[in-house]
Amino acid sequence: MELFEAISTKINYWVYIVIMMIGLFAMISKNNLIKKLIGMSIFQTAIILFYVSIGVKEGATIPILYHDQVHAAHGDHGEADTSHGEHGAVESHEADIHINPDDFTNPLVHVLMLTAIVVGVSTLGVGLAITQKLHREFGSIEEHEILEIIKSGK
Amino acid sequence: MIEQSPALILIPPFLVAILVALVGFRYQKVCFPLTVLSLAGSVVACVVTLMRVIEGGTIRYFIAGWAPPFGIEFRIDGLNALVAVTVSSVGLLAAIYSKNRVPAENPDKVSQYYTLFLLLITGLLGMVITGDAFNLYVMLEVAALTSYALIAMGPKRATLAAYKYVIMGTIGASFYLLGVGYLYIKTGSLNMFDIHEVLKANDLFGSPAVLVAFIMITVGVWIKMAFFPLHAWLPNSYAYAPTTSSAILGPLVTKVMIYVMIRLTLTVFGVEYTFIQLEWSNIVVWMSVLAILAGSISALAQTDLRKMLAFLIIAEVGYMVGGVWLADETGMIGAIYHIIADAFMTLCVFLFAGILFAKTGKRDLSAMDGQFKKMPLTLVGFLVGAFSLIGIPPTAGFFSKWYLIQGGINSGHYEYVIALLISSLINAVLFFRMIEIAYFGVKPAEGHDHDHSDDHDSGRSEASASMLIPLLITAAILLLIGIFNKDLVAIITDFVSPFNIASGAR
Repeated sequence: MELFEAISTKINYWVYIVIMMIGLFAMISKNNLIKKLIGMSIFQTAIILFYVSIGVKEGATIPILYHDQVHAAHGDHGEADTSHGEHGAVESHEADIHINPDDFTNPLVHVLMLTAIVVGVSTLGVGLAITQKLHREFGSIEEHEILEIIKSGK
Repeated sequence: MIEQSPALILIPPFLVAILVALVGFRYQKVCFPLTVLSLAGSVVACVVTLMRVIEGGTIRYFIAGWAPPFGIEFRIDGLNALVAVTVSSVGLLAAIYSKNRVPAENPDKVSQYYTLFLLLITGLLGMVITGDAFNLYVMLEVAALTSYALIAMGPKRATLAAYKYVIMGTIGASFYLLGVGYLYIKTGSLNMFDIHEVLKANDLFGSPAVLVAFIMITVGVWIKMAFFPLHAWLPNSYAYAPTTSSAILGPLVTKVMIYVMIRLTLTVFGVEYTFIQLEWSNIVVWMSVLAILAGSISALAQTDLRKMLAFLIIAEVGYMVGGVWLADETGMIGAIYHIIADAFMTLCVFLFAGILFAKTGKRDLSAMDGQFKKMPLTLVGFLVGAFSLIGIPPTAGFFSKWYLIQGGINSGHYEYVIALLISSLINAVLFFRMIEIAYFGVKPAEGHDHDHSDDHDSGRSEASASMLIPLLITAAILLLIGIFNKDLVAIITDFVSPFNIASGAR
């Protein structure tokens, strides 16, 4: 039972580690260079999953304030949009009290992962371009064949 | 203008990289002058920043004015500023060297080459000056992606080496990213200094998550710096890449990663956690001993000049990792001093290897045959670099080894001291073998052949100015760093002493 709890309450960490190991296995054991790159992509995706999952809260929503929420925070004073500017400095403090941080997911980790996705795509692109160059030079994308060509002919 | 100097370190190479990509495609001639100009601008900005740090202490520069825990911060202290000056000036010297070599080795890819070259320097400088853990990851990938491409531009075998580097480098960077993720879970911050404050304030050092973060980050950085058991990607990549690529990657990439390791151990995790609480010092110093011996002995077995130098880099990485993990103040000073000295001496010998390859077209040591007669000035430049790698007094290499050995003795790690001395001896064997070939020829026994070849090419033919000048400047810098070692060590000591690294803590 304890083991089940240890797995079920932290399911996201277990899943990311399993996916990461699948990627690592492909990178180490596969002979085909494209398959290795696919493994690398899986490996990076696992990390993206890890990051995204740590920002999630149960029952929370995206961190955007709706119009009526802002009004509720401002109470009686918020009649029109134009009055916002005048009261802003005083009331922003009051607004903070009414907004419960548990209602919102953490957006920062998701934004970080946008960058990581871009990095992952460009790494895959560079990897594929290098594989293409290898194919042009050696006529093969199997690692052992390329190593044999290097050994035999130079 | 002066207040903006931290940003001005990055802006010239970055913007000019885009300009070179756009304009250089049509007008190949403008690539080289633009590259050199932008890197010169970067060097000036680095030196100005260093002067400001020496005068006024740590500089904190907020990007776009956002205050630290939320915005990205450039935080520059003595260590940063010195490494930044080193990186930008090595970049400038290698760029001058590249003038003839890039069109000769990659005739149809000149503008692409310089774009990647500038982006690589931008990434490395960014890693050095940033104070944000995630920003460091992005810069690390910028530097890594460009270096994959710079290596893959070489001949056949370079492409396979670059492929292996892509796989290994991605694993390393991903481990680093994971470690930062665990730190973020624990502290809710990505700013290196803020992370340390939160860890200390909430006493989180006992947490297993922080331990996992430390292991992930350390292993990731070790892969990227080619620390001994994780070094497999390095020798072939640097040996077969275009000569300019190895002249820029060899000195800089591993050294910048060692800077990152020092920054993470001192600033993010803190001395107390890394050296006292974890009790890893002994194991890591022994690993570095293995790295030094394995690198030096493998170098002894090589006939290919650049491959031999690549194995020497692995040994040098062992010196510095060991120096950091001695947990001794003098050892730390030695490691930081060695980052600067090693960047220039590796540049010096790689520039010479490039010149030799350009002159003779041969990769192995026989290319040295009788070169003393043909290009004495070039050989003088090489001698300074070689003496520095061996550790002969007025050069920089002697003083960095002196501090490292003193650190080893202070902390009682005699195995490290012995490994350093053995490695110096092996370096002496390696380089005096080369010097012998350069003086007396490959087979001094066959007098008949030798005389004949002497008559044949007795005329002097120095390397062209664009290759010779950076080599001689590098040699001069090596001597200057050695002669003015006191001033340099004073700056480093100012940085290291506030951390109170207890001597002899084991």
